[in-house]
Amino acid sequence: MQLGRVVGTVVASTKAAGLDGVKFLMVQPLDKARRDIGSPVVAADGVAAAGPGELVYFVGSREAAQAMPDPFVPVDHAIVGIVDAVEESS
Amino acid sequence: MKIGRVSGTVVATVQAPVFDGRRLLICDLLDIDGNETGSYLIAVDAVGAGADETVLLLDEGTSARQIVEQDPAPIRAVVVGIVDEVVLAG
Repeated sequence: MQLGRVVGTVVASTKAAGLDGVKFLMVQPLDKARRDIGSPVVAADGVAAAGPGELVYFVGSREAAQAMPDPFVPVDHAIVGIVDAVEESS
Repeated sequence: MKIGRVSGTVVATVQAPVFDGRRLLICDLLDIDGNETGSYLIAVDAVGAGADETVLLLDEGTSARQIVEQDPAPIRAVVVGIVDEVVLAG
């Protein structure tokens, strides 16, 4: 899993089967110091509560779909938590 | 699996249920000489690892779900060992 910042929302009215009702957010991956790394990805909101500006953690690949109510959906990134705090030990 | 070093924790309240009650560790990934690569993973702690410890990291969903004994679950990265020593040949 990785840290990310929600930077936008994505609306698609025509979607593959299984994606109805799935909320999509644009997520910028971050390094552990919360600096941007790489390109933003479109992630499904697996906690159904994330919004723009929030610091989240997300999971990629096949496991992303398992964040959804129906785990057999075509999703490759999903937000699985809204971060309250990052505590660095060094 | 990968070798990492625990450099922090992530605290979240709103998250996928599989993460409730589990510690999330920020683990810096290490190269073969034990230096930081600049990449990191957020991983669930399965062994009681602490700050600055060198750990063995799993980053694969099916095995991760076996460890947390939940399926489906949107989880991939798990700390599965605390490394005492890495010995390189030659």
